Amino acid sequence: MDAVKYVNIDGREVPIEGEKNLLEVIRKAHIDIPTFCYVSELSVYGACRMCTVEIEGRGLLTSCSTPPEAGMKVKTNTAEVRQIRKIALELILANHDRECTTCVKSTNCKLQDISKRLGVDKVRFRSVQKPHPIDTSSTSIVRNPNKCILCGDCVRMCAEVQGIGAIDFAHRGHDVVVQPAFGKDLESVACVLCGQCARVCPTGALTPRSEVEAVWKSVNDTKKVVIAQIAPAVRVALGEAFGYQPGELTTGQIVAALKIMGFKKVFDTCFSADLTILEEGNEFINRVTNNGILPMFTSCCPAWVKFVEQHYPEMIPNLSSCKSPQQMFGSVAKSLFAAELGIAPENMVVVSIMPCTAKKFEAKRPEFTHDGMPEVDHVITTQELVQMINQFGIQFRDLQPGSLDMPLGFKTGAGVIFGNTGGVMEAALRYVYEKVEGKTLENPDFHAVRGEAGIREAEVTLAGKTFRLAVVHSLANARAFLEKLKAGKIQYHFIEFMSCPAGCINGAGQPVNLTPGYKAKRTKGLYEADKMLQLHKSQDNPYVKELYASKLGSPGSEKAHHALHTHYNARRRMRGKSMIIVDGKQHDKLEIRVCVGTSCYLKGAQDILHHMTRYIHEKNLQDIVQVKATFCFEKCNKGPTVKVGDLTITHCDVAKAVQAVDKALAARQAKG
Amino acid sequence: MPTVMYRKFEKVCAIVERHGADPAKLIPILQEVQDEYRYLPEEVMTFVATTLSLSPAKVYGVASFYAHFALVPKGKYVVRLCDGTACHVKGSENLLDALRQKLGLTGTDVTTPDMLFTVETVSCLGACGLAPVIVVNETVYGQMTSVKALKLLEDIKKKEESTHVSV
Repeated sequence: MDAVKYVNIDGREVPIEGEKNLLEVIRKAHIDIPTFCYVSELSVYGACRMCTVEIEGRGLLTSCSTPPEAGMKVKTNTAEVRQIRKIALELILANHDRECTTCVKSTNCKLQDISKRLGVDKVRFRSVQKPHPIDTSSTSIVRNPNKCILCGDCVRMCAEVQGIGAIDFAHRGHDVVVQPAFGKDLESVACVLCGQCARVCPTGALTPRSEVEAVWKSVNDTKKVVIAQIAPAVRVALGEAFGYQPGELTTGQIVAALKIMGFKKVFDTCFSADLTILEEGNEFINRVTNNGILPMFTSCCPAWVKFVEQHYPEMIPNLSSCKSPQQMFGSVAKSLFAAELGIAPENMVVVSIMPCTAKKFEAKRPEFTHDGMPEVDHVITTQELVQMINQFGIQFRDLQPGSLDMPLGFKTGAGVIFGNTGGVMEAALRYVYEKVEGKTLENPDFHAVRGEAGIREAEVTLAGKTFRLAVVHSLANARAFLEKLKAGKIQYHFIEFMSCPAGCINGAGQPVNLTPGYKAKRTKGLYEADKMLQLHKSQDNPYVKELYASKLGSPGSEKAHHALHTHYNARRRMRGKSMIIVDGKQHDKLEIRVCVGTSCYLKGAQDILHHMTRYIHEKNLQDIVQVKATFCFEKCNKGPTVKVGDLTITHCDVAKAVQAVDKALAARQAKG
Repeated sequence: MPTVMYRKFEKVCAIVERHGADPAKLIPILQEVQDEYRYLPEEVMTFVATTLSLSPAKVYGVASFYAHFALVPKGKYVVRLCDGTACHVKGSENLLDALRQKLGLTGTDVTTPDMLFTVETVSCLGACGLAPVIVVNETVYGQMTSVKALKLLEDIKKKEESTHVSV
């Protein structure tokens, strides 16, 4: 074994134990060097200069980008180091919109915190930044570039962890701004609304979009009956805002707080998670026995679903047709349960409390609104509920715990672990095992699918047949996995995908937490909550059984399909302009549009465009047609797609396209 | 005869192909694409991003970083006026004022409505011995004065008009 190497930090010898950079070694020695642009799960950027230290013989260096070496003598708090940090921070603050009192990030803001720690009492520099408009186009995230300090954490999160790159740096010098391509708004680009950018943003530049006011309005409306559903991950994180440890369950206090606020009933999304398992497990068994499309992908995570719609449209059939627990809850509450409570569905307001920003988008999807009535009316994040509790002045720590209402508040442990990566898979296995094997599952824990690795694989043998399973979290991992799957290098039956690293417990709507190990503590909190419940298998939930017996029939029945299933569609990544290839002079020219979006491009759209244009010139039609290369008709799984006038041709080739053009022109001629 | 726009599109495809659709070659690809269009249209950058499997935001980030890349259409004649130290001392500012005034342009409005001229400044052309320097497209004009610069504009205009007549 090699001898242990040491770094001398402020006179103390600190061992190097595989740390990649000096900053980690210093932090290990219990000195919390401030940083904005250093996030351990992302690549090193070295831009904020906060972690500057003095290294003997080498001068002032940023510790995040310096590898530790044996014998290094490091000073972290010399006069020069303090001055450098303070000036760097002053310069950052000069261009920052310092309206802290009206900022949602106030008191949770790293910029505020570090300014206070470093004792910045004055900003001597004038701002040179022109005010930028605030981007409120997205259902889930508000982008305020005036608060951006250009640390790039969001950019690297989106590109490295989520593999999307919806936002990036643009322009140069003092014009630099982090924004979507071409300065478009977030709603117009391939953002999946996971909000992980907002989770790592040290300031108020990227924040979850608030629906608090809308919820208060409903609560105060005497004609409305407001009911809540609480997602599993909320209960192990909300307490952090009131001094509880990550992972500590505060379900009872949350219920009590909601009742004080005026919510008539407080239910549990874990109930509909149990319901999801019966539907999804059943769908899986059906796909296996009836040679359906495999592998089946889970569809509980709305950011993941949007990712598939935009980036892997050919795999939409692999997605389970089950609605997510949030939407199943809304559907059951309004279409089946409102009558039981004696409430007209239009007067029932369903408020979801979610760890997630993408759930706001999901609730607004047109698929989940029927006759103008949404299944879920408002989605607030854990953070927003904290704000409501504070607005009301409720002393959260002093609350007597309340009980969830029945029947939609009753759950098994299977529904609770949904908030962890691997939890949906494990819950499904607990059901599928008993269903396929026809016997009782004694130990419900499937440790093989638990863990932290980004891609985990497991095999399970049921009734003599081996099923290959995988659990994937973060979308960069999902992309890598899907590429292998597409290449036929790996084969699976059932795969769980979650967008956020570690799953819903680390969603962007959760309280901001920067302490090491918070994810593992929240994860543990959910597994322990499962342990503490009497029931661990969704199929044992008596109220779920009752729901099937009285209203839905059996899992997968026509009624169940109507209420609990949906479908997804290819979705364009970006709203943008088309390239005009031929532009006829005639006023009423025939429009021919060839999609050159990624899917169609890979399937030979360029070739169609090439031959089509050739043909048009050969036949001398260039004055009476307009040919455009355009981006996405949202029919990617049926590409290449060509539109001739109003006619859409999917699975198009040169011959089909030419034929359609001839026909359209002939029809026009006949009309005169 | 295929249209100009189609020839350009084919060229873009050929450029990407010549560079093996390698995302590391983004800058040379954008340079060559700009040579075709005289600027980088949004839809063409989106297409390039598609072919290179890069996010459009990344391509836009690179394109907007370098002053060399134009994000809006430029005039047929791009007049680049050097404002490096040597040229500045030799009165480049007066030249700039004269050119802008003549063409009705400003610091933000840099291209004439007829798309004939674009006037911009550059930090140094490395031809300090010839200060002050103006470059029109690829041609360098040294030791310029306001009179010479305005004459240059007149000559270009005349040339353009005569080619139009002969067409």
